[in-house]
Amino acid sequence: MAVATTAPGSRLSPRKRRQRIRLAQYALLVAIAVIAAVGANWGQIAHVFFDVGIAKSTVLHGLGAALVHTITYTAGGFVLGLLAGTLFALMRLSDVLPYRWIATVYIEFFRGLPTLVVFIALSLLPLAFTGLVVPFDPYGTVWIALGIVGSAYMAETIRAGIQAVPRGQVEAARSLGMTSGAAMRKVVLPQAFRIMIPPLTNELIMLIKDSSLVYAIGLTVSGFELTAFGKGMANDSANITPLVVAGLGYLVITLPLSWLVRRMEASTAKGR
Amino acid sequence: MPGLPGEPIVRIRDLHKSFGDNHVLRGIDFEVSQGEVVCVIGPSGSGKSTLLRCINLLEQPHPDSSVVVHGVELNDPDCDIDTARRHIGMVFQQFNLFPHKSVLANCTVAQETVLGRRGSEAREVARMNLDRVGLSEKRDAVPAQLSGGQQQRVAIARALSMDPSLMLFDEPTSALDPELVGEVLTVMRRLAEDGMTMIVVTHEMAFAREVADRVVFMDGGVIVEQGRPDDVVGNPTEPRTREFLQRVLDPTHVTPE
Ligand SMILES: Nc1ncnc2c1ncn2[C@@H]1O[C@H](COP(=O)(O)OP(=O)(O)O)[C@@H](O)[C@H]1O
Ligand SMILES: [Mg+2]
Repeated sequence: MAVATTAPGSRLSPRKRRQRIRLAQYALLVAIAVIAAVGANWGQIAHVFFDVGIAKSTVLHGLGAALVHTITYTAGGFVLGLLAGTLFALMRLSDVLPYRWIATVYIEFFRGLPTLVVFIALSLLPLAFTGLVVPFDPYGTVWIALGIVGSAYMAETIRAGIQAVPRGQVEAARSLGMTSGAAMRKVVLPQAFRIMIPPLTNELIMLIKDSSLVYAIGLTVSGFELTAFGKGMANDSANITPLVVAGLGYLVITLPLSWLVRRMEASTAKGR
Repeated sequence: MPGLPGEPIVRIRDLHKSFGDNHVLRGIDFEVSQGEVVCVIGPSGSGKSTLLRCINLLEQPHPDSSVVVHGVELNDPDCDIDTARRHIGMVFQQFNLFPHKSVLANCTVAQETVLGRRGSEAREVARMNLDRVGLSEKRDAVPAQLSGGQQQRVAIARALSMDPSLMLFDEPTSALDPELVGEVLTVMRRLAEDGMTMIVVTHEMAFAREVADRVVFMDGGVIVEQGRPDDVVGNPTEPRTREFLQRVLDPTHVTPE
């Protein structure tokens, strides 16, 4: 058998083949870099994408407020989504058949719908219900829209987290005399939420990005979040730099978040 | 607590239980009186766990079956099962400690939520029971930091913290490394000596002979034989009991089927 694996003469050994493939990859990378360096007009690109003067004035004239708006919109939507998502997850696990139906329809419907459509529909709601006043507007409408979309995704995450808690945990709690509600609150949900930290973070980051869709509800300048703010400034200055700066603003939020989650995961992994 | 003196703590009549088409318990009559220690033995799949789980209604028996604990019929749709379970402690093969809570919190959470005890009182009771199982110095640890034997002792302390008058044990040492079995059995023997009423599903024949007041042999969903440990374990009358004990006590000479 050992004879058959080294076909006589013709072919390279696996190690040599791997070396050649890697060499080819590096060669391609270098070629692209050379073409880019020679072919592109770097002065022009730097001016349009990152003009230091415009960047500075973007930061000074409202970036902070826009950042705070992005955070406020997202945080409210996330909290609402988490509460409603937990409710819908419990409904999906309910013994009452109509609850399961309602939750399933809700989840499937709003997961399938583009977030933009939800925003537009909500902003038009006063047409259908004249005199309707959403509390805390414009925050109210944004929170509700992001909460609706977030809850549809989070409900599935939360349901999976609840089901990942071993059955023995509920049995132990019930054998101590806890009601099913107490067992859920004291034993199942705390463990389920630990399991759900990574997927819930993904959904939070998704909501941060979806918060850029609030332009659809026709905000005034005072309500602008990062994207609307960056776009406005970019139009005014005929330069993309403000949008790039706004984009970096998102990273200011998401990078610490990823770091925080990694730390939480590490500390819960220790507790296991 | 309801129940007349001399009245058995557990009285089971014609207990049947099926999982789908699988008729697991086929008519069990069974009584346990105050302070009695009963060991249930029998081959795997004979329904020992199911019997135990019917006593605190973790499994729902057939509607015509009767399960009376402390004078209360538990197999009644109108029975307040949560209240009944307060007096019935259960210890599981896989411990089932709450991994997100400290040892102390494992022993206080049900006292607070179920019995409404205040924090300081619940902690006092928990400490006393952890002391009883020899683990008071581990109260701030989390379960994952403990050995299997220690975890099972915490599980016993957790159940005892509810002041049960009946304790159910479902193969409490079967998931343990052999050298950790002794510490759990010792705690259980002391509990028996303190007068606790106990039903213990176990394969530890030495424990059954030494500690039990009565041994029950189950096979095929019925009680085949029961009596004093020396009789049932030492000198069984039923061929099925004899065959089972031979397999358990002398496993190196079993003829494979
Ligand atoms: N939750 C369940 N669902 C379906 N079948 C079960 C369940 N629990 C136990 N059984 C079945 O009931 C029978 C008896 O199980 P069990 O009471 O665990 O036996 P033992 O504890 O004596 O080993 C087995 O055939 C097992 O497959
Ligand atoms: Mg069993």
